[in-house]
Amino acid sequence: MSFVAELNSLPLSALVKRSLDTNLAAARESVAKESFSLADFAQLISPAAGKLLEPMGRRSQALTQQRFGKVIRLFAPLYLSNECINNCKYCGFSRDNPILRVTLTVDEVMRETRALAAQGFRNVLLVAGEHPKFVSNGYLRDCVAALHEEIPSVSLEVGPMETEEYRPLVAAGADGLVVYQETYDRAVYDDLHTAGPKKNLDWRLETPERAYAAGFRRIGIGALYGLADWRYEALCVAAHADYLLRNCWKASLTISLPRLRPCAGEFEPLTHISDRELVQLVCAFRLMFPDVGLVLSTREPAKLRDGLFPLGITLISAGSHTEPGGYTGAGKEHIHQTVRGRIVEAGASEWATPTNGHATNATGQFNIADGRSAEEVAKLIQSLGYEPVWKDWDVALTK
Amino acid sequence: MSLINQPLVIAGRTFQSRLILGTGKFSAPEAMRDALAASGTEMVTVALRRADLSGKKDPFANILEFIDPKKYLLLPNTSGAMNAEEAVRLARLAVAAGLPKWVKLEIHPDPRYLLPDPIETFRAAEILVKEGFTVLPYINADPVLAKRLQDVGCATVMPLGSPIGSNRGLQTRDQIRIIIEQATVPVVVDAGLGAPSHAAEAMEIGADAVLVNTAVAVASDPNRMAVAFKLAVEAGRAAFESGLGAPQETASATSPLTAFLE
Repeated sequence: MSFVAELNSLPLSALVKRSLDTNLAAARESVAKESFSLADFAQLISPAAGKLLEPMGRRSQALTQQRFGKVIRLFAPLYLSNECINNCKYCGFSRDNPILRVTLTVDEVMRETRALAAQGFRNVLLVAGEHPKFVSNGYLRDCVAALHEEIPSVSLEVGPMETEEYRPLVAAGADGLVVYQETYDRAVYDDLHTAGPKKNLDWRLETPERAYAAGFRRIGIGALYGLADWRYEALCVAAHADYLLRNCWKASLTISLPRLRPCAGEFEPLTHISDRELVQLVCAFRLMFPDVGLVLSTREPAKLRDGLFPLGITLISAGSHTEPGGYTGAGKEHIHQTVRGRIVEAGASEWATPTNGHATNATGQFNIADGRSAEEVAKLIQSLGYEPVWKDWDVALTK
Repeated sequence: MSLINQPLVIAGRTFQSRLILGTGKFSAPEAMRDALAASGTEMVTVALRRADLSGKKDPFANILEFIDPKKYLLLPNTSGAMNAEEAVRLARLAVAAGLPKWVKLEIHPDPRYLLPDPIETFRAAEILVKEGFTVLPYINADPVLAKRLQDVGCATVMPLGSPIGSNRGLQTRDQIRIIIEQATVPVVVDAGLGAPSHAAEAMEIGADAVLVNTAVAVASDPNRMAVAFKLAVEAGRAAFESGLGAPQETASATSPLTAFLE
């Protein structure tokens, strides 16, 4: 029994319909509840409840402060490689995109790590495309082991693996695993994932359970909003979170709410979730799951982020780069261009990431929207009456 | 007249204040420092995972610099540990980093309600007591577990009133009464005390001290809330020491009608 069977048994279309048909009185009743079923969650994300955003926001803020305190934790993504064997229509790293690619050596990864540590980061998320040759399990293990010498909390966002393949990464010091389902809508998923192992939705869906079995203690999930109907996705994420809280009870769970950003391949979002609806979704997740971490990345612009921080967000990235070598220029020397998956001579590329006028970095996964430095964001957090927390994990817990 | 209560003694060390404060969840380290001062506490607990134990004076993990070791006994806690091995490792690391050889043993594998694991807590307590630590274990309000931990040499027991950060007060009141009745070490009610009245209630039924964090840290005025808890703890203790009357079903006149027979 895994979440696959549970997802297949959920009356998702009926729940979406319930959400769309909810009236204000019913929404008001749901918002006032003490505990929430999935049907209640459908009410919380309803257009009707959209009119109750202020009371939802107040409850969400109070709950978050009570459970997490007046603190916001920070992390940074560190991209190891943008090589990928998958073709996903919405992703800049897709195999067939003619972009500038590189896989950092462990030494280069450590250069990036030290640059992040100097900014304050004690919690780093290692991100890589899925490529068994460039991003092998042994390579990932070496990266984790090296990082763990200097960074207490190391998480991974890489191609899904078997439980047994995860164990050496946990042993090397990785404590968290992030895997976004992208979309829970099977038809949309099939259409968007045209080639590569990522085509298998169920395999990806069971990844958090395999990661938990291997000993990861922080699990991150989420949908990528902009692919399928956002209410459908949010209901699936809520059901998934509920399942994981019951079955993977020792893991700290986080939910991220990424919205699709412009990237190589120039994919246009298929669906839309407005700023107002995104805020409503943050509050709805908080009300339903008072103890689940909510993650907000630099995909969102500064003004929206600043408004969302005190409404229920507990973990944020800041000053992020989505290209390997983005923090120091590491790996510049061995960047190559690929055309339909084949390496060609590196030349001028429209997909190079500009850095201080030198357009020589590898291509990023997507364009970020909040370009402020980590220090600027930390100051902003303080001005909101919160403490920016860099370290909340000690190496002794995972070594 | 001011309230002069008996001092609290834990492992041979004397404390005038019976209020222990946690240091998490504050909006800034300065706010924490000020609330500690306002509360009159003499013992504060810090999550080791938030502190720098490397000795490198990490400016991004400098919480300990805001806690004056001359004013407060710093009680390291093992929050984040999922099992005995991790808790023991953290406690040893704290001593190596120059922190007191006292430990608030917290092992809660469930990150939602942060309820303590009795089996792992007991195992870690045995090891740490043997290694010479002064061990203050955070436990569910289980009288038998409390006795077992006393038997292996723990310096206190710290039963919860309700889950950490829940503000629900003394939901475990009846079990805590039994723990207090049977205790051979001080009983510190830890967790869930959301209002000064909760703290006063714990002290009135005979708890030796209380530990408070969330209620002070997330109050809109942490300093005033710290003082409110200080007063409640003192009042509750004074009431306990003065001999509280037992609740009765019927009224009982303050000037008895049969007084003339005396």
